[in-house]
Amino acid sequence: MRYVIIGNSAAAVGAVEGIRKIDKDGEIIIISKEPYHVYSRPLISYLLYGKTTEENMKYRSEDFYDVMKCKVFFNKEVIKINNEEKQVQLNDNTIIDYDKLLVATGSRPFIPHMEGLETVKNKFTFMSLDDAKNLEKAISPHSKVLIIGAGLIGLKCAEGISKKVESITVVDLADRILSSILDKEGAKIVQSHIEKKNIQFFLDNKVEKFIDNKAILAKGEEIDFDILVLAVGVRPNIELIKEIKGEVNRGIVIDEFCETSIEDIYAAGDCCESFDITTNQNRVLALLPNAYMQGECAGINMAGGEKKFGKAIPMNSIGFFGLHMVTAGSYVGEVYTKNENNNYKKLFVKDGLLKGYIMIGDINKAGIYTSLIREKTPISEIDFELICNKPSLMAFSKIERKKKLGGIK
Amino acid sequence: MKRVYVNEEWCLGCHLCEYYCTFANSNEKDIVKALKNVVINPRIKLEEGDRINFAVSCRHCEDPICVKGCITGALSINDGIITVDENKCIGCYTCILCCPYGAITPSDKGVIQKCELCTNNIHGTPQCVKGCPNNAIVFEER
Repeated sequence: MRYVIIGNSAAAVGAVEGIRKIDKDGEIIIISKEPYHVYSRPLISYLLYGKTTEENMKYRSEDFYDVMKCKVFFNKEVIKINNEEKQVQLNDNTIIDYDKLLVATGSRPFIPHMEGLETVKNKFTFMSLDDAKNLEKAISPHSKVLIIGAGLIGLKCAEGISKKVESITVVDLADRILSSILDKEGAKIVQSHIEKKNIQFFLDNKVEKFIDNKAILAKGEEIDFDILVLAVGVRPNIELIKEIKGEVNRGIVIDEFCETSIEDIYAAGDCCESFDITTNQNRVLALLPNAYMQGECAGINMAGGEKKFGKAIPMNSIGFFGLHMVTAGSYVGEVYTKNENNNYKKLFVKDGLLKGYIMIGDINKAGIYTSLIREKTPISEIDFELICNKPSLMAFSKIERKKKLGGIK
Repeated sequence: MKRVYVNEEWCLGCHLCEYYCTFANSNEKDIVKALKNVVINPRIKLEEGDRINFAVSCRHCEDPICVKGCITGALSINDGIITVDENKCIGCYTCILCCPYGAITPSDKGVIQKCELCTNNIHGTPQCVKGCPNNAIVFEER
């Protein structure tokens, strides 16, 4: 049996570990576009911030590929899948046969059309280790940095370089920062915290045009900069599957076993869609935990096991300059708000189920809420008033607690 | 595998488990020295109710979502025990977002901490259990 994995990040690692749960000896070939041992992408901002090192960024230990008996082709890209012959073709024209194939190609930065963008010399994206290295080389204590996009990537980038540059300005089309994870009220709290670190925001605004090192905004402001970071969003890399007529929407479409519409080809991670159980809709959930779990599920199934991937939800835990926030699910239905001592919390309940939550500041035991969403626990079965106040196991029935803490099955 | 299990009907709510945990992970040899003027931040924590109390620590799940969700690879399973590599952890708290028991907490070092059944300190077996006066927590196979 030969497994071929396109990609070398969280979903690929999940797949390798999933395969090895079932098949200890089958041949695993990983094809990696980058030259690096598997590393954690979200850590690139922490690298610039000085909170980790390239060595500590490794997502798995140095001997991972050896222990897992994987052969890795670094610096190679798959340019074509031939599903009739069950082969992939690399950019150096090497042909590799597969029995089971995993597409874990991730996503790439989305760069919208902006007038005059070609006149900007120092422009960067912020997704890969090379992106981080290039940005680090370009900045100096005198740099004026303009970041387009006040989402997770843009703001993590801002934090990462905040101590190394003169000024940072962030522009976003949305009327609030972190619009994918925060509501308006929560976003205000985080924004004013970040502003204290000398980061300036222009929201509900956009760059009308660039003229060399000047950005002219739609509302008339002019911003001088010498470094531009484009962090508007990401697009799933779906082309390999699309070209062979596999089913794709925004992302690659997979079933609950993580298989694509084409036999023996699986997909996992940021390149594909997940079934979000809080909205009952397919959507791209570009999150590392999701990528790992999807990859693992795909791997188990590729190796002949049977595992369903059924509890996907959006969930994020992130902090900026010491202020932490944890969010999960969808913000629909009835809202329960609890704010005290600078801590902000909102719970969203619909159809008798917790559907989503936002916690800023105090994030202790947040996972108890996440679990209520993932397990679809009817709130009628728990002491909801108690748990609204504070996530706790006390809110569950005595029998449930025996299962959770007493080892009773 | 032996784990720490809770007998909530026996828990007096005395918090001794929390003090023994703090002591065990302090690397001090003397409990008085370890706890004097210290605001404790234990890896086992009491939940207190009107008539019910119980202590919660890592369940060492067989299929742990904290390990799968860890964005750095700092959390891993070693002989069934879920451990954290403090050098790799960057304190993003994704594991706190994931843990269904609320058993992972921020550490005083800006990363995370969790119960490792005292395999990470000089004691080798759970000191919270050893210090519990009423068998409200036990270390056994179930």
